[in-house]
Amino acid sequence: MPIVIEPAVLEEALAGGVLIGLATAGLLLVNGRIAGISGILAGATGPQPKIWQWAFVLGLVVAGAAAAPLGYALPAALGREPLPLLAVAGLLAGFGTRLSNGCTSGHGVCGIARLNPRSLVATCVFMFTAGLTVFVTRHLLGHG
Amino acid sequence: MRRTHIVSAFACGLILGAGLVLSGMADPERVKAFLDITGAWNPSLALVMGGAIAVAAPAFYLARRRGSAMQGCGIPPAGSAVVDGKLLLGAAIFGLGWGLAGICPGPGLVLLGYGARGALVFAAAMVIGTRLAGFFAPPEDA
Repeated sequence: MPIVIEPAVLEEALAGGVLIGLATAGLLLVNGRIAGISGILAGATGPQPKIWQWAFVLGLVVAGAAAAPLGYALPAALGREPLPLLAVAGLLAGFGTRLSNGCTSGHGVCGIARLNPRSLVATCVFMFTAGLTVFVTRHLLGHG
Repeated sequence: MRRTHIVSAFACGLILGAGLVLSGMADPERVKAFLDITGAWNPSLALVMGGAIAVAAPAFYLARRRGSAMQGCGIPPAGSAVVDGKLLLGAAIFGLGWGLAGICPGPGLVLLGYGARGALVFAAAMVIGTRLAGFFAPPEDA
């Protein structure tokens, strides 16, 4: 099993992680809200949307819109995925995160940062099934 | 709802989105390389979650001690600690979706900002999935 270590990539990963942590801390300390993205999106698109939820979602979308002009091109891998696969993946991600009440941000960052055992369990489970899915699709089915 | 709340929520979304782009979390290829521990494993994304937790944890500690956020609103109480079937099944299903496309909800919304058709399909399906889950389990406040 080869391990790929690229120092520049590690630095960007850590810097990006710190930004995510700062945004999480900011939403908590200023707004008194948990930065769980699946939960906020569900709220924004649900029966009783709040303006702050839409503002937060808009912030994420604007970050993507601003990325390309700043030199962070659209990841090529996205264009290689068939649309039906993206539809199925989105459906599963939306359904699963709502059922378990959190995603990578809500359980993986916020939940673990506030030492919630439930979130630690959820994070282990979704990391495991995500890894298993990549193993099956890449190494058994030969896709992506 | 005060205007500052809306501005700070937008700013936090923007900063979080920038973090996702910079860290590589918004690149499905990088995410799959991280999840692919039996292939050419690229562990860099472990630093994303690690860095985010290291910064967020003191904020949660501080918030719990203060008992209120800066603008006077309450700090959400620690969620339920109960591990039930809904949590396990939901997390397993989410992982399946994340592994299939290499995209989780945050990056899904960031990629939507690029205006890519694939991202639009993913994000629309994600919202539909969210609504479907509402039929099976009444939503709780995350």
